[in-house]
Amino acid sequence: MIKKHTISVLVNDQPGVLQRVSGLFGRRGFNIDSITVGNCEEAGLSRMVIVTAGDDRTLEQIEKQLFKLIDVLKVNHLKDHAMVARELALIKVKAEPLKRPEIVGIVDVFRASIVDIGSADMIIQAVGDLDKINAIIDLLRVYGIVELSRTGTTALMRGNAAVK
Amino acid sequence: MMNKAEQITGSEVLLRGLLAEGVECVFGYPGGNVLYIYDAMVGNPDFKHILTRHEQGAIHAADGYARSTGKVGVCLATSGPGATNLVTGIATAYMDSVPIVVITGNVPTAVMGTDAFQEADIVSITMPITKHGYLVRDVHDLPRIIQEAFYIANTGRKGPVLIDIPKDVSNQLMRIQPSGPIQLRGYKGAPQPDRTEVDKLIQAITESEKPVIIAGGGVVHSNASQELIAFADRTRIPVTTTLQGLGGFPSAHELWLGMPGMHGTYAANTAIQNADLIISIGSRFDDRVTMRLDGFAPQAKKVAHIDIDPAEIGKNVRTDIACIGDIQAVLAYAITKAGPARSGSWIEEIVNNKTRYPLQYKDSDTVLKPQYVLEMISETTNGEAIITTDVGQHQMWTAQFYKFNHPRSLLTSGGLGTMGYGFPSAIGAQIGNPDRLVVSINGDGGMQMCAQELAVCAIHNIPVKIVVINNQVLGMVKQWQELIHDNRLSHIELAGSPDFVKLAEAYGVRGLRAGTKQEALEAWQEALRTLGPVLVEFTVPSEENVYPMVFSGDTLDQMKLGDMA
Repeated sequence: MIKKHTISVLVNDQPGVLQRVSGLFGRRGFNIDSITVGNCEEAGLSRMVIVTAGDDRTLEQIEKQLFKLIDVLKVNHLKDHAMVARELALIKVKAEPLKRPEIVGIVDVFRASIVDIGSADMIIQAVGDLDKINAIIDLLRVYGIVELSRTGTTALMRGNAAVK
Repeated sequence: MMNKAEQITGSEVLLRGLLAEGVECVFGYPGGNVLYIYDAMVGNPDFKHILTRHEQGAIHAADGYARSTGKVGVCLATSGPGATNLVTGIATAYMDSVPIVVITGNVPTAVMGTDAFQEADIVSITMPITKHGYLVRDVHDLPRIIQEAFYIANTGRKGPVLIDIPKDVSNQLMRIQPSGPIQLRGYKGAPQPDRTEVDKLIQAITESEKPVIIAGGGVVHSNASQELIAFADRTRIPVTTTLQGLGGFPSAHELWLGMPGMHGTYAANTAIQNADLIISIGSRFDDRVTMRLDGFAPQAKKVAHIDIDPAEIGKNVRTDIACIGDIQAVLAYAITKAGPARSGSWIEEIVNNKTRYPLQYKDSDTVLKPQYVLEMISETTNGEAIITTDVGQHQMWTAQFYKFNHPRSLLTSGGLGTMGYGFPSAIGAQIGNPDRLVVSINGDGGMQMCAQELAVCAIHNIPVKIVVINNQVLGMVKQWQELIHDNRLSHIELAGSPDFVKLAEAYGVRGLRAGTKQEALEAWQEALRTLGPVLVEFTVPSEENVYPMVFSGDTLDQMKLGDMA
């Protein structure tokens, strides 16, 4: 059964490491829904969080093939209930003065924030899990989304567990 | 010892690093961006370099050296076209897990990324076909990178590692200092075998009545032939060896079934399809072995897989018992505990298949058959030669008719199927094994892909016996067009090929030709008596096909037996 999976990958912060990882996904026909990379708690290393879709066998191959890369130190599949996953979206939406109160209402419900207002539009910053971001985007669509930029999901394991 | 304060160039660091790794010979080709490296070789008698005539020849030679010795092969090329000419050889080595360190020059760091003359991003180009790759940005990293490259290439699942050195780095000075131990946090060579999994395998064997071992290249890479023989003897399990596994189990052994797969033996393929327990040892269930996957080994109650690469477990075939680790270590432990399978009547059945359906061909008194040539080469060398092949019909006939007795005696491009591999790889094998007989078996197509390396044989007197099985066509392509594409023959005629005897002689290599059985034996014996390199062309008919054959999409039991039937 094909499901979404979130994989946390600890890598050496080397030139080309993103290319190695993304190349592996492309070459083996694995899908990438989103990928985020950034510094992590240890100097010289980066943490990548990859959201992918596949059945259990594909997931197993992804984990094993990733681990074969020399610059990959650790690969962990983050289970839904055991992780905190968040994405940030910046949504530039058309906002004529008359429509603004409605939009602000939506922003409040989603605990999002307005980070810029222009004469005819505003930029909304939303943070949350995938479903929440998708939901606010859907609600804002009726007003006209001018531009949309999403970071992709980043995630950590809950509690004392750590991908180290 | 050198003065600690001494400053040396990146090129000198490289040469010293290679010598420290025990490199006996580097195969290479110079060019603008490796000038400093070649300059450092001048006046260095310890450093042996062989100038090939094409970079592809250099890397296949390094590959042949590595496969035949188990040591890391090394090749060197310049940036741009030099580096891209290595790509086929890198992929060849990658697919068959051959330890090679590939060194390329690159443009100076200051102009990298500007499309400078002879610039190619070879690290990126080779990412999917190398185990790892380095771009050396600072000479101070070079000693560590050399050490890591050799370690990565020849441990775990082996493979090619690339070191790309920009021209300025090869001339950058550094003070030499002792380097520390290798620290690669993300890399584990060989995982320790999980004994509980091996115990499960041993249990499954005792419950099995129809077990079969599929032994692959991993047995050879792990130097585990003796352990495999002891394991098979102790458990009484028949063994089929894949193309890369040939020689890993002696062909004279009563439990040997021959090669499985598309051109496998009746005994091997039938055994797999009827087995209740499949034990893959260092074989990756390649599609040429399994053929149609959903019809592979339908009777198997359990599939066990011993492999050093965890990613191979379950990749193609569902696996019940996974013994991850170095094959030698896994088998050494298994031998101490394993008992025999209940395989008495199974072995009888299989031995019966071997005698009822041996590999056969319609021999002729008037025409020289290619299979006859291979049988003759096998018999006259007692299966003791190191054999390299190119790709195609002659490769399959070699696999079928040469009786291999020792590991590392068949060097052939199995995974990638690289034409042009057969001849240059023999040069590397001969340099790694100066006292062994090395025979390179080629078709008339593949011989023309790297024929320029005849010059190397001639000037260094490398005594490879070069065989050209000349059937005047691209035989394997013709076979598929004939059998699968309704005999619509398309672009397989090799009219215009050179006179191979004259070609050899033009390079200063002795050339012989045979077109009948008697000429064949005479010419071949003459070749064996010749101290230096010699090329023997055997003219054979173009009609012969390789049988048995399982068509793509068919299961292993749907063999076409051809002339055998």
